[in-house]
Amino acid sequence: MAKRFQRARPRPLFKEKRVALLFYEASTRTRISFEFAAKVLGATTTIVHPTASSVEKGESLVDTGLTIRALGAQVIIIRHPSSGAPHVLARHVDVPVINAGDGMHEHPSQALLDAFTILQHKKTLHGLRVAIVGDIYHSRVARSEVHLLSRFGAKVMLCGPPELAPDSAATLAPGVQVTRNVGEALRGADVVMVLRIQKERLAGKQIGVEQYIAQYQVTPERLKFAKSDAILMHPGPIIRGMELTGELADAQQSVVLQQVANGVPVRMAILARALEIRV
Amino acid sequence: MAKDSQPATRREPSPSEKAPPNSLLIRGGRVIDPATNTDAELDLLLRDGSVAEIAPGSKLIGHAAETLDARGLIVAPGFIDLHVHLREPGQSHKETIATGTAAAGAGGFTSVCPMPNTSPVNDSVETVTWMQQAARGAVVNVFPIAAATVGSNGEQLSDFYALQRAGAVAFTDDGRPILDDKLMREALSLGARLKAPIVQHAEDTRMTAGASMNDGPMAFRLGLRGMPVEAESRIVERDIELARATQGHLHVAHLSTAAALKAVRRGKKDRVRVTCEVTPHHFTLLDENVGEYDSNYKMNPPLRSVADREALLAALADGAIDAIATDHAPHAEHEKQVEFDRAPFGIIGLETALALTITRLHCEKNIPLRRLIELLSTNPARIMNLRGRGTLAPGSHADVVIFDPKKRWTYNASESLSKSRNTPFDGWTFTGKVMATIVGGNFVYRSS
Repeated sequence: MAKRFQRARPRPLFKEKRVALLFYEASTRTRISFEFAAKVLGATTTIVHPTASSVEKGESLVDTGLTIRALGAQVIIIRHPSSGAPHVLARHVDVPVINAGDGMHEHPSQALLDAFTILQHKKTLHGLRVAIVGDIYHSRVARSEVHLLSRFGAKVMLCGPPELAPDSAATLAPGVQVTRNVGEALRGADVVMVLRIQKERLAGKQIGVEQYIAQYQVTPERLKFAKSDAILMHPGPIIRGMELTGELADAQQSVVLQQVANGVPVRMAILARALEIRV
Repeated sequence: MAKDSQPATRREPSPSEKAPPNSLLIRGGRVIDPATNTDAELDLLLRDGSVAEIAPGSKLIGHAAETLDARGLIVAPGFIDLHVHLREPGQSHKETIATGTAAAGAGGFTSVCPMPNTSPVNDSVETVTWMQQAARGAVVNVFPIAAATVGSNGEQLSDFYALQRAGAVAFTDDGRPILDDKLMREALSLGARLKAPIVQHAEDTRMTAGASMNDGPMAFRLGLRGMPVEAESRIVERDIELARATQGHLHVAHLSTAAALKAVRRGKKDRVRVTCEVTPHHFTLLDENVGEYDSNYKMNPPLRSVADREALLAALADGAIDAIATDHAPHAEHEKQVEFDRAPFGIIGLETALALTITRLHCEKNIPLRRLIELLSTNPARIMNLRGRGTLAPGSHADVVIFDPKKRWTYNASESLSKSRNTPFDGWTFTGKVMATIVGGNFVYRSS
């Protein structure tokens, strides 16, 4: 469906539809791409920020959801710092709730657009070796990638220090492995996915910034362990010189901007699916 | 047994005193009283708020104004809950002493020990006294556990002497555990002098900031910060060392991990004065039951792993665990109906405790009823030094529970006598039901 939406010319499938974007957390690409996706489809959108609404006055998530629903929203897209917030909301409103990222839990639309991007370069997900390097623990992207890619037969290898890639991460899906060795993670990889390292999250941990860079940073040399046609991905925002070298972000293998561009058609497809509209 | 304690010069009652108004005969039930080593079909006569006589056959017929037919039922000393939150003073939208004790009665509890995390914190004689006043409308006995430190701020011990005189039976800072070694040592020392237990909610809060469930694969999957097992076990280990040194009585509240249990077992072997309680939800549920962020599965300590639960079940059977306590923690629906990590900890539990105990421990694990009554009544009374309770020996308080260990029933939380509805057991079908609860000789609950 996303493929058909890729041409991105306006398709007024959503005329008269009201889409609410309930964003409790700052977001650039996810918010903009969901908003564009809805608008390209002809929907009326509204963005609700907690600071500029009654949320600031102490309104609960459920009450805010019910209010938005009463105002006629037919889909609620939610980004929230609490894991599971979309699940709580979905239990109380009778319209589709789309998870645009919840806490450290999941970011399913990112995983979908990443899979879509991978499929622009690889024939199938089945049997692909995917290395995910960086802060797995705090990453909702990582969790969603693992679920989606494993389900379609990709072999996922997670890599990072124990504090950021705990052994329990291997229990997310069958066949997932955790390694502390970035060379081992990248060896023979078809896809190398790098996750952001926030300095403040290393604070108080056993591992310092310099040590992280020395052991885990994805560099051109380390990338050589991967297959020659491997692609390099990053869900953004990138901290250049931290989780990967600055040059790699712009290297030929990098598909980072494609990932961003695919956000719109993939999210159009998600919206169409949520409203059960046939394309 | 009962006849040992009967007066030697008992005469036949004259007709005029044969059926005093304040008397009740419970006929034909299976009386189980571990304290007196009783387990037989006996009649139990209650008079003027006390157990008057206990006798086989029909000897006591005609001695009471009222008779209750308990054939096929268990008659036991009323249950004593060492750990409840009655929310008064200060949070009466969640629960009141009246509603909380009504729920206790429905659960077969004749005494409850409310925690001090009220508003204000129960660290004063005034609050301890206020909680016990008749105007509160309690239908079961209320034995407050007072704050161990002023305001539960963990800085300065509260006035144990005055609080005990006012009726406090133990001291704790519950959800704000005493982490400071010196302060905990002082509390245990002073507790030893007053023969009052220090109750510790064992949680090294430095390891649990922002955490809302057990640490492990499920927490990782759900993207929730986890409370590691060590946050509990380290405090228990330390407290046992302090209890050893001070000869104080440490009571570990709602123990939830195999590691902490190991420490308690070791302490007991070394004859340290340490006791512990376990909740029905910890011996029933697992961390994976949190499912799709259902805040009715959010409590502190959190639901743990299979290995932890199995360790608790083994210890409930072999005696390493002393008591079952509910940690009844009512919260309003709107307070629980929020993002999981923002929801308050705790569930209600008074009305489902016996049913879970019988279903899980007796029916599934073959733990004898006698042991369950020890866990729910005999031992709790001993832990809190409640004289004349936790037993049906003649002369003791007429606090009695009558239950049907075989009756199947379905719990409907909307009919709860508690003010709150936060339970994961709504709609569960159990075996074992309270049929009547008697406090001081008066019915406070009768199953319809």
